Amino acid sequence: MDLTYTAEEEDFRARLRAWLQRVLPKLPPRPAPDDWPGRRAYDLGWQRMLYDAGYAGLHWPVDAGGQGATPTQHLIYLEETERAGAPYVGANFVGLLHAGPTIAAVGTADQRARWLPPVLRGDEVWCQGFSEPDAGSDLASLRTRAVRDGDAYVVSGTKIWTSHAEVADWCELLVRTDPDAPKHRGISWLAMPMDAPGVTVRPLRTLAGSTEFAEMFLDEVRVPVANRVGAEHDGWRVTMVTLSFERGTAFVGEVVACRRTLGQLAAEARKNGRWDDPVLRRRLGRLSAEFGALWRLTQWNVSEAQHQRTGGVPGTGGSVFKLRYSHARQELYDTAAAVLGPDSLDLAREWNLDRLSALSYTIAAGTSQIQRDIVAERILGLPKGR
Amino acid sequence: MDFQLTDDQRALRAGVREMLRRRFGREALRAAAAPGDAAAPGLAAGDAEPALDRGLWRELGAAGFFSLRLPESEGGAELGLPEAVLVFEEAGRVLLPGPLVATHLAAGEVPGAASGETVVTEVSRGLVPWLNAADVVRRDEAAEGGVVRVAGAVPVRSVDPTTPLHRVPEATGPGTSPVGPLLTAAEQLGSAARTCEMAVQYAKEREQFGQPIGAFQAVKHLCAQMLVRAEVARGAVYAAAVTGDVREIAAAALLADEAAVDNARDCLQVYGGMGFTWEADVHLHLKRAWLRAELGWSAGEAEEMLAAAL
Repeated sequence: MDLTYTAEEEDFRARLRAWLQRVLPKLPPRPAPDDWPGRRAYDLGWQRMLYDAGYAGLHWPVDAGGQGATPTQHLIYLEETERAGAPYVGANFVGLLHAGPTIAAVGTADQRARWLPPVLRGDEVWCQGFSEPDAGSDLASLRTRAVRDGDAYVVSGTKIWTSHAEVADWCELLVRTDPDAPKHRGISWLAMPMDAPGVTVRPLRTLAGSTEFAEMFLDEVRVPVANRVGAEHDGWRVTMVTLSFERGTAFVGEVVACRRTLGQLAAEARKNGRWDDPVLRRRLGRLSAEFGALWRLTQWNVSEAQHQRTGGVPGTGGSVFKLRYSHARQELYDTAAAVLGPDSLDLAREWNLDRLSALSYTIAAGTSQIQRDIVAERILGLPKGR
Repeated sequence: MDFQLTDDQRALRAGVREMLRRRFGREALRAAAAPGDAAAPGLAAGDAEPALDRGLWRELGAAGFFSLRLPESEGGAELGLPEAVLVFEEAGRVLLPGPLVATHLAAGEVPGAASGETVVTEVSRGLVPWLNAADVVRRDEAAEGGVVRVAGAVPVRSVDPTTPLHRVPEATGPGTSPVGPLLTAAEQLGSAARTCEMAVQYAKEREQFGQPIGAFQAVKHLCAQMLVRAEVARGAVYAAAVTGDVREIAAAALLADEAAVDNARDCLQVYGGMGFTWEADVHLHLKRAWLRAELGWSAGEAEEMLAAAL
């Protein structure tokens, strides 16, 4: 067990840090939270800077145009960019972390050549059309229909929770191509152009007041058959190939940020006098233990991924981590409210909007209940229920 | 960075597990709890004290349980805290009885401790485990040092049937050296992982309503949470062993105490009525976890220590 970084890893960190120091001051001002075209331009601009400096697609395989970095280098990248206050992946999220890797793993040479370079260069934005109003945790029960008509699929249905839909160029879309097959076997994966006729996007306001999600209504949208990635009806497996690329790095930046927030909360409590409350102090101390352990668990999972690298193996450790982290994040911002007292009712004060968005963490990307099923069945080997 | 067990560490863990399987299996554990078997209600305190197996203690000594961190010139293996933690985790899995941590800490300081000839215990929070079985009662190494016998010790009716306790007049706090709490946390981790395995095993075998109870989500989710607790504690304990940082050890102790106690409680729940029996091993894990948590840093002390560093 070794927690010290190798000379090569430290060298990677030093070069990255120097580059960040040089370029971050040149960034344009951040757009307003609900200025989606502005955010698209900002996020793509940052991606272009990464591309020019050789950091684009850090964890993508080299033959897909990526850098083929090790899981540890990826960890260092996420840690350092967070520390330096660099922009988040933002609008590039789906392209870089899901649709891109899926195409890299399953797509044809033509498909890779068409879609991967624009993601890496920061030219195109992808969104994700997976969930539906009646297909949330039970994603495989999705009902958006795709009927073959010559060289195109005609797609109709409703998608929901689609981030960045308003400013996306492409959507990775799961559709039902065989309504008679068992639910996991009749799904296909399509790349749908967002400017196709029949696509309507309606922003969805969250309880935090923001509009990062949208509903998407598809009315006889024609998607070329050539845009199908993987075999027809094999879309479920195609999607899971990428989910299984999880290497324990999903929340690296956030854990770094949470630990910084914890320090700021202690400083605020010392300033406003609430530090004298031993119950509050102990809550902060416990959170310090919690996030310290989550950081170590991240390093553990990343090291494990590094060992399994040659096989490119799924990691179920991600579910264990997410269960604990999502709860800890909510407790962090509830504690922030305890530090703020009545000021926790003022949305203009720092942390209060974060407290609201933290509520999504035990729901998004697999609810805690689904994660517990995954841990119990896939790691502990408990039987499936009736 | 490579935060995974090395091949040597895996081999060490496998070797210790095998040795304990051979030398301290379930029958030995139940034998250690046997005086309590006969005892049940109304027995006078101290009348049914379990005996410490001195032969086993010497074998532990020969296997390096106490000496593994000592230099080779003193008969040790010159291994570090990570290796010690792996060994104590295995001890915690099987509920190996005796003042293991105190004797390990005394190795190199108290003659015979390293080899397992001498059994060393220590005072913590006004209590001494294994006083009658011990040859030496050691004070915390940061205190005056030295080896003393304790006057005025009174037997206590120990909640843990496999750990006899005496109360002593002086109220000593837990030790200030972080190595003791780290090794105790490793034992708690071992127990937490073990009760998780026990619960999962039971949930696969026990059937109600025509299916294994582990197929019910209510049971499944208890088991999943047990694994989460154990794995988070594992990350904390292993990292604390690598860095040796006192605050990281406090965090590890906090999370491992919680994992051991809460996992034993959940295991008891999964066992249902069987969990409430003397015959099932679950209560032995719970009682030992309570004892270890009580004699070490309290949750409040650990949390205050961590808060102060923020």
